Amino acid sequence: MSSLRILVPIKRVIDYAVKPRVNKAQTGVETAGVKHSMNPFDELSIEESVRIREKKSAPVEDICVISAGPPKAVDVLRTAMAMGADRAIHVDVKEGEELEPLSVAKLLRAVVEKEKSNLVVLGKQSIDDDSAQTGQMLAGLLGWAQATQASEVKFEGDNVLVTKEVDGGVETVKAKLPMIITTDLRLNEPRYASLPNIMKAKKKPLVKMSLSDLGVANERRLKIVKVEEPAPRQGGGKVEDVDGLISKLKELGAI
Amino acid sequence: MFSAARRTALRAANGIPKATSAFASPYSPSALQRLLSTLAILEQREGKLNHGSLSAVTAAKKLGGSVHGFVAGSNIKGVADEAAKVDGVEKIIAVDNGAYDKGLAENFAPLLVENIKKGGYTHVIVGHTAFGKNLMPRVAALLDSQQISDITAIENENTFVRPIYAGNAIATVESADAVKFITIRGTAFAAAEVGSGSAAVEEGVDPKAEALAEWVSEELAKSDRPDLATASKVVSGGRGLKSKEDFDKVMLPLADSLGAAVGASRAAVDSGYADNSLQVGQTGKVVAPQLYMAVGISGAIQHLAGMKDSKVIAAINKDGDAPIFQVADVGLVGDLFEKVPELTEKLKSS
Repeated sequence: MSSLRILVPIKRVIDYAVKPRVNKAQTGVETAGVKHSMNPFDELSIEESVRIREKKSAPVEDICVISAGPPKAVDVLRTAMAMGADRAIHVDVKEGEELEPLSVAKLLRAVVEKEKSNLVVLGKQSIDDDSAQTGQMLAGLLGWAQATQASEVKFEGDNVLVTKEVDGGVETVKAKLPMIITTDLRLNEPRYASLPNIMKAKKKPLVKMSLSDLGVANERRLKIVKVEEPAPRQGGGKVEDVDGLISKLKELGAI
Repeated sequence: MFSAARRTALRAANGIPKATSAFASPYSPSALQRLLSTLAILEQREGKLNHGSLSAVTAAKKLGGSVHGFVAGSNIKGVADEAAKVDGVEKIIAVDNGAYDKGLAENFAPLLVENIKKGGYTHVIVGHTAFGKNLMPRVAALLDSQQISDITAIENENTFVRPIYAGNAIATVESADAVKFITIRGTAFAAAEVGSGSAAVEEGVDPKAEALAEWVSEELAKSDRPDLATASKVVSGGRGLKSKEDFDKVMLPLADSLGAAVGASRAAVDSGYADNSLQVGQTGKVVAPQLYMAVGISGAIQHLAGMKDSKVIAAINKDGDAPIFQVADVGLVGDLFEKVPELTEKLKSS
């Protein structure tokens, strides 16, 4: 197997534990002053890449993380390097000019070609937009094999065996490099960055780029007409005992 | 024949700025309606049509315009004939080739691209299932279109509603793409029934693209209980169940007394109490049954995203302050190891 040059795209999103609030103008959710962190699925991507190197399951030449977003995206890139990535690329995109998955996929295609990556590991979805598209789109644009929602990745000779989470169970597929893998929750448990590693990460190389450096335009195809709070659900109160539960469920027509 | 003209017409209509389109467009809404045509991608497994995938037909019908269905796999005739009976479907496009049996995106995507080009469709719809999620973005990218994922409603042929941020916000988006690629949330569109329709079955084009990946094996959880995604009742267990043995001992009899499917929270799955495929939530399955009973589940945002559209939510939890009680229509505070067996007994004897 040829050495792996792994590219790990990561995204800075509102922290998963925060309940997002829709802004007054109904154009999006309130992001100012809200805690952000790395998209949880992207942590799995970094962890898996670092584990491939540590377990020597395949020779790893390079682990490069990339994020497209406002200057604060650098924070998640530093975290990724503290977890074990070698270097980072920050593609500067202004706040409020977020890219759609298709544009991200085009940007990543340009980076893959520039960096000669042969394995791209992405999260299966970002928890803000919930689109679940970027990895598959990139695979399509590059004409590479794809294994989505991975819960296990193994290397056997020239082949990469990936166990995928599917409806009703798991499925295993096999492909040769170059390929795209998107990560699912069961893949691993991401490590915490230790203080010494956080310090070391500050010295690792971080390159800044712009969309035009990569020859990509931020072309939006979807216009957000409005963003609303979902219809609130009213709790119906509590009952004293099991009999009360049964009669309430009967009253509601649920049983 | 009409396909090229149809596409051009829609492109022209899309290209006009929103503010003036109502006045400047030479196409009245009804004329546009007639130009619409939708391809609904149906799933099959081992020669059996997946009836859940007929939700795509329901969504396609809501758009108006003509509806075609698409199936591919080995010995596909039986599946195609069955799908042809769905009312409102004009045509079923079938491709008989074992290379498509496992729905591998690497060869299935080029297959769809060719058939979409040939049919000149304005909309392509598939369920937001493991199959649809894996396949559709690849197809959309190949045709340079920005997919719209996991929609819950259709406002008009360009405008769709989809939950974002784990369902904590609902976005309405308008697409400017000539061909709209859409995945739909199954619980928001009931599956179309196999009726007495008589759609024509037509052989599709088969580009025989190379499969860059190879299917090796699968392991599916076996269950006699109803399917989680489509069940009318779901009982779901969380971390409060404490072990796999307890989960099985407490939850399975409850499920059987109600005729319900079994689900689980991420905490229960991560702790190994229940199989991964049972997980309900943002990162698992989204369900919307008549009755959802949450047992020993606190009600984290991630979990609520997967069940808060259920008709009736019942919760049993020993912590009276658990967030689940804020959304439950009926809540019972108590030890699940006492309350659930009692409930199971009383349901059985009633």
